[in-house]
Amino acid sequence: MDRIPILKMGHCLLVTIQIDLLDQTALALQDDLSERIAATAAQGVLIDISALEVVDSFVGRILASISGISGIMGATLVVVGMQPAVAITLVELGLSLDGVRTALDVERGMALLSGDERSRGGH
Amino acid sequence: MKQENALFDDVLKAAPGDFLTSWLSEATQSGDSASVAKTAPQDAQELLDSLQEAVRADADLTRFDDDAWSRTRSVLAELSQSRAAQGASAGETSYFVLAIKRPLFAGLRKLLDGSPQHAFDAVWAASTLVDRMAQWTATTYQRSREDVILRQQQELLELSTPVVKLWDGVLAVPMIGTLDSSRTQLVMESLLTRIVETGSELAIIDITGVPTVDTLVAQHLLKTVTAIRLMGADCIISGIRPQIAQTIVQLGIDLQGIITKATLADALSLALKKGGWVFSRPAR
Amino acid sequence: MALAAERDIVACRRLVRELTQELKFTLVDQTKMITAASELSRNAIVYGRGGVMRWEIVTQGPQTGLRLAFEDQGPGIPDTELALTDGWTSGTGMGIGLSGSRRLVNDFELRTAVGKGTCVTITRWR
Repeated sequence: MDRIPILKMGHCLLVTIQIDLLDQTALALQDDLSERIAATAAQGVLIDISALEVVDSFVGRILASISGISGIMGATLVVVGMQPAVAITLVELGLSLDGVRTALDVERGMALLSGDERSRGGH
Repeated sequence: MKQENALFDDVLKAAPGDFLTSWLSEATQSGDSASVAKTAPQDAQELLDSLQEAVRADADLTRFDDDAWSRTRSVLAELSQSRAAQGASAGETSYFVLAIKRPLFAGLRKLLDGSPQHAFDAVWAASTLVDRMAQWTATTYQRSREDVILRQQQELLELSTPVVKLWDGVLAVPMIGTLDSSRTQLVMESLLTRIVETGSELAIIDITGVPTVDTLVAQHLLKTVTAIRLMGADCIISGIRPQIAQTIVQLGIDLQGIITKATLADALSLALKKGGWVFSRPAR
Repeated sequence: MALAAERDIVACRRLVRELTQELKFTLVDQTKMITAASELSRNAIVYGRGGVMRWEIVTQGPQTGLRLAFEDQGPGIPDTELALTDGWTSGTGMGIGLSGSRRLVNDFELRTAVGKGTCVTITRWR
């Protein structure tokens, strides 16, 4: 089974999802991220979903879950690059992903995270 | 070839020139517009060819829906599409097809001169077949007209809700008219696409032109805003008239923290401030 | 197509994408249909203990559409009213699959009986 690679960039972890996700791949990502956040004391997590053409309730749930887990572990999650068709479908589906921060692209997502770092007085 | 088919084949190949002339003269008698008459000879020839082909392939004369008639069907479909585009009426178009009865019956009568019963059966079969062809022509005509109308409606819908770039990172959509679900869908799609294309983090939806806001309209607006937020941008709703503000409060609609402004100008001013823009006007 | 294991959910999404693209659905409509199929195929596999999805292209006058039927021989849904309200769940799911899917399509039909399985039929017109 393919595991999604997690990159470290400074105090942040970067994940790019480029494949149609199997349920177990998404679950593995959740596990892997939790471990890496703990291991690196990361302060930010950025998940790039610009290549995802379909986000269903399972993936949505995983994203919300990762957001919650990250928060508890002291990191902020930002999801970036949501495609318009995906946003429209999620709204219709009834998933508002409350509590999950989003940004238009990686650049803005990183800006959001470093802004957070600064306000936290991070190093 | 089956007997009936062989008979038809004989009629069709007997004197093709005369056949066509007779057909065309019958067709133009209905008062076809001049432009249509231009392509009539080629249309007739093509139709005739497809008929001969089908008849020789032993197509069942009573079942026009069969695969054997597919070429004839597509010739007729093309015919009705081009006539529709040229502005001919459904009646004129199907009359063109029905006109083939004249040379067809004449040919059958000549061949079956001595056997009236047989002649009657053959003419009946011919008539039914041509009727089906005319019916098919009328149906496809209808469908192409509907397609044209649908396309025009779509274009009108798109024109009526343009997405405008007001500033770097600020888009605006003036909504005009009633906000129904198809309208909202369209606005959502074009607005969201433009947000991604331009990397704009703020969208201003101006509802000055929306006559009434009820729970349904509010729902549509909220859906749009939620989608915008999901993507990582934000939204300001402007153009809230006093009556609309009252209705919103009365209906107990929860705007979920969406910033609203009375005018587009106010919304733009806020958007620019949020973006960190500072404007100064030198003293005169 | 058969819906037996988790990887069939992805296969189902791919198939529906192909079908909706062939039928020239708009991108948003494609996404909605694929997402609904993802939800319902997961339901059939996870809660329905496996099943099948059948698809057919349907026409209604000038309109063309895609009809998908998800059938499983699972335990069935005891209270359909409850199942169709947001947030209902019988497992660890979020429960939005069924009611959410209904919003994503034009026609939605649910046939279920306790002990006899479930069949959800959805249709989306172009």
